[in-house]
Amino acid sequence: MAKTKLVVDPITRIEGHLRIEAQSENGKISQAWASATQFRGIELVLQGRDPRDAWAFTQRICGVCTTVHAIASCRAVEDALGIKIPHNANTIRNLVHGMQYIQDHVIHFYHLHALDWVDVVSALSADPSKAAAIGKSISPWPNNDEAHLRAVQQRVKKFVGSGQLGIFAGGYWGHPAYKLPPEVNLLAVSHYLEALDWQRDVIRLHAIFGGKNPHPNFLVGGMASAINLSQATTFNAERIADINGMIKRAKDFVEQVYWPDLVAIAGFYKDWGSIGGGVPNHMACGEFPETDINDTKGLYFPRGIIMNKDLSHVVEYDQKKVKEYIHSSWYDYSKGAEEGLHPYEGETKPNYTGPKAPWTGYLQDEKKYSWMKSPRYEGKAMQVGPLSRMLVAYASGHKDAKELITEALKKLNVGPEVLFSTLGRTAARGVETVLLAHKMEGWMADLTTHIKNGDTATFTKDKWEPSSWPKKAEGYGYLDAPRGALGHWVQIEDEKIKNYQCVVPSTWNASPRDAQGQPGAYEASLADNHPLVDPERPLEILRTIHSFDPCLACGVHVLDAEGNEISSVEVNT
Amino acid sequence: MLTPSAYPWVEGESLGQHLDERGIPRRDFLEYCGSLAVMLGIGSAAAPKVASALESQKRPSVVWLQLQECTGCVESVLRTESPTIGDLLLDVISLDYNHTLMAGAGKAVEKAKADAMAANKGKYLLVVSGSIPTKDNDIYTMIGGKTARQQLEEAAEGCAAIIALGACAHWGGVQGARPNPTGAVGVRDIIKNKPILVCAGCPPTGDTVTATVVHFLTFGALPEMDREGRPLFAYGERIHDQCSRRAHFDAGQFVDTFDDKGAREGWCLYQVGCKGPATFSPCPIFKWNTRTSWPIEAGHPCIGCTEPYFWDTMTPFYGRLPDVAGFGIEKRVDTIGLSLALGAAAGVAAHATMTVLHQIKRRKATEQVPEATEDEGVNNG
Repeated sequence: MAKTKLVVDPITRIEGHLRIEAQSENGKISQAWASATQFRGIELVLQGRDPRDAWAFTQRICGVCTTVHAIASCRAVEDALGIKIPHNANTIRNLVHGMQYIQDHVIHFYHLHALDWVDVVSALSADPSKAAAIGKSISPWPNNDEAHLRAVQQRVKKFVGSGQLGIFAGGYWGHPAYKLPPEVNLLAVSHYLEALDWQRDVIRLHAIFGGKNPHPNFLVGGMASAINLSQATTFNAERIADINGMIKRAKDFVEQVYWPDLVAIAGFYKDWGSIGGGVPNHMACGEFPETDINDTKGLYFPRGIIMNKDLSHVVEYDQKKVKEYIHSSWYDYSKGAEEGLHPYEGETKPNYTGPKAPWTGYLQDEKKYSWMKSPRYEGKAMQVGPLSRMLVAYASGHKDAKELITEALKKLNVGPEVLFSTLGRTAARGVETVLLAHKMEGWMADLTTHIKNGDTATFTKDKWEPSSWPKKAEGYGYLDAPRGALGHWVQIEDEKIKNYQCVVPSTWNASPRDAQGQPGAYEASLADNHPLVDPERPLEILRTIHSFDPCLACGVHVLDAEGNEISSVEVNT
Repeated sequence: MLTPSAYPWVEGESLGQHLDERGIPRRDFLEYCGSLAVMLGIGSAAAPKVASALESQKRPSVVWLQLQECTGCVESVLRTESPTIGDLLLDVISLDYNHTLMAGAGKAVEKAKADAMAANKGKYLLVVSGSIPTKDNDIYTMIGGKTARQQLEEAAEGCAAIIALGACAHWGGVQGARPNPTGAVGVRDIIKNKPILVCAGCPPTGDTVTATVVHFLTFGALPEMDREGRPLFAYGERIHDQCSRRAHFDAGQFVDTFDDKGAREGWCLYQVGCKGPATFSPCPIFKWNTRTSWPIEAGHPCIGCTEPYFWDTMTPFYGRLPDVAGFGIEKRVDTIGLSLALGAAAGVAAHATMTVLHQIKRRKATEQVPEATEDEGVNNG
């Protein structure tokens, strides 16, 4: 069989704009190319601005993981200025970020990823009583009953019969890679719909602490939501009760719907435990400080690196060893395109050299083919994300993570080696969601205990006024986001941002080839024992790409240390 | 919601029948239409008209393009209020293209979009989130091998009207802030021959979008708009005039720094940079996330995100209004605020003065909004 070149553009059910190109032969992918096709330049926009505003600008990098850049930015500025935030502010950030993880991972599983594994049309031929029996056998969730499932099925039948398929038009229904029995498909479709209502409820926690979601408000030095139990308009007992309810409903759904579904569906796709492993190095910068962001030993999700799938050893992570390369990216560096630059020295001069639009050929024939740079750790490609975090936790002897992973492996009757795969990435996301669903209660208890003991501080004001800042300062803010390790680097001079650089999860995962020819994580995974039965219906590619939960708007950035072209913006007054 | 409803609305079925099918009592539906009518500013007496318009509707096609953006606007609409009836409302549409939710990818979805546009030529509603980069031959956002501009122009050609959703589609958004590295502009800068409505904000509330769609279906036209193209039912009121902390402004009770005594008493955030006095937005009325809270209620100053070019005109965000780049105005608010803060005036007298001096600035579509001046003290952008 001849080599087939193919393009999938746009990749849907992701954040941002991603194009995947590949070559396939005899039903397998031999090579793949990931191209980020959007560039926004937000870091350049940040130059010269008040560093206390940076969280709001960087937050708009992504409206899906809508808290992560804001918190990382606050941490970077706080690091630069030597601000230690109050204990309660740290706890509130954990609560906000924790709920972000939970909501984001559930939405990812049902609304962005499930249709890669679940055939909606097949659900029409399910026997609802058998589906209910399966549902009851895996979970006490009350809606896994026959009447409910029968009603869902009737409705889906009518929907398909209407001929107006909306977002389901163009799906790959009936593809031979779909393996679930109709009854499991029906259960998953039912939960797809339930998850839509659930996500709207639990994310209200962000509105309580940040005023709204998407894009809740944050504050350098702490959080803006003041605590006063004797005030109707501040954080008080009414808000506490509301949040406790949300945390309980979040936990119930994760434990009784998401996790059992994940384990059940994984049981039918065990072959995906040896597909799509890709880059064998996994990096986690760690997340959820118990008290102090600088206490990296006290992080709930530990920091570290697994090299070459070796779970017997965790390598220490040091941000100084991160460099970004532009060998395959549409940028120039003043020292030449083959140099790597640490974010503090980072520069980005966009220089598009690709084909003229519209694109009719293949970017894979070009030397440079993406707006994504290639970050490398000591020159090595890394994977980041839930799997990397859970592998680091597992290898570090993290009790909760180890227990849950062991339990899941036992249920599926497989060994830890299957974790390095497309299935492993999807399963690890569920593992950490369960861990956080439990952890939320602890953080909430911590907050209420502090309030009870008279500690209501949420903001440190000593370094709020720019006149109290040093003439020059630089800081690093890390955060392990739902999609993986994130870093913000800020340099402040004369009370303004001099330089700002973000190296984000999807830059690591979606990076193009570097000068050594090392592919990025998407590219390596697609070429790792990866099937592709029908290039016209590239369902398998979607499975592996979605297992990373791509967030392309995050990955593409610009920094121009030289500040080359400053064009004027029309200000409408 | 924007997904196939659990209760699909099928061909040949009117909304009335569809509601029966869903077991929604007619009284609930009418009540809902009443509250929608109020929200749309047409008075609850118009509820029957809303109801009859909705009941007779078939699902019109909606094509949703996401250009240079962050997906926050899609997420916001995912949070829209009134789950049951809200789901129904957006199920009133047939969402024939949406990058975030579609099952297929690549060629399959581009074809689905082309098919929907051809089948509904002249009738479909085009929703656009994200800006259009215009520098360097438009190369900074490519989707399906085409530039954002080309995607927009193709989709706009056969549409009935456009909803420009969020700050990016409105005027360019965060990537359009100085120095606008990619030359990002809004929909109105590219498309000149179609009615364009702007749901302003970064992001706008999902409920504003929902209500706008209902208006379009009910009255067959876009709602009345201000000169920015923002619907008056949502953007006709200034935050400062509807703010739950307004009484503290009038009484001269201000937060001086975050987490101080005033902050813990829920006082006015003007001194820590609130842009409420210069911002027209439904936040204090509709609130956010099923009416849970909104930014000022949760203790953070408004950043003015519904106003055009707010990333440049409203920054620094923690600067008091007259010190902010785009202003040099609001002197009256400032002077009065300061004197009140100093305790020069208080109580009833102060409140009365404020009420006279600070008349509610409700904008009318018919009158040109005055440019910001020393006297007027309002910048509409």
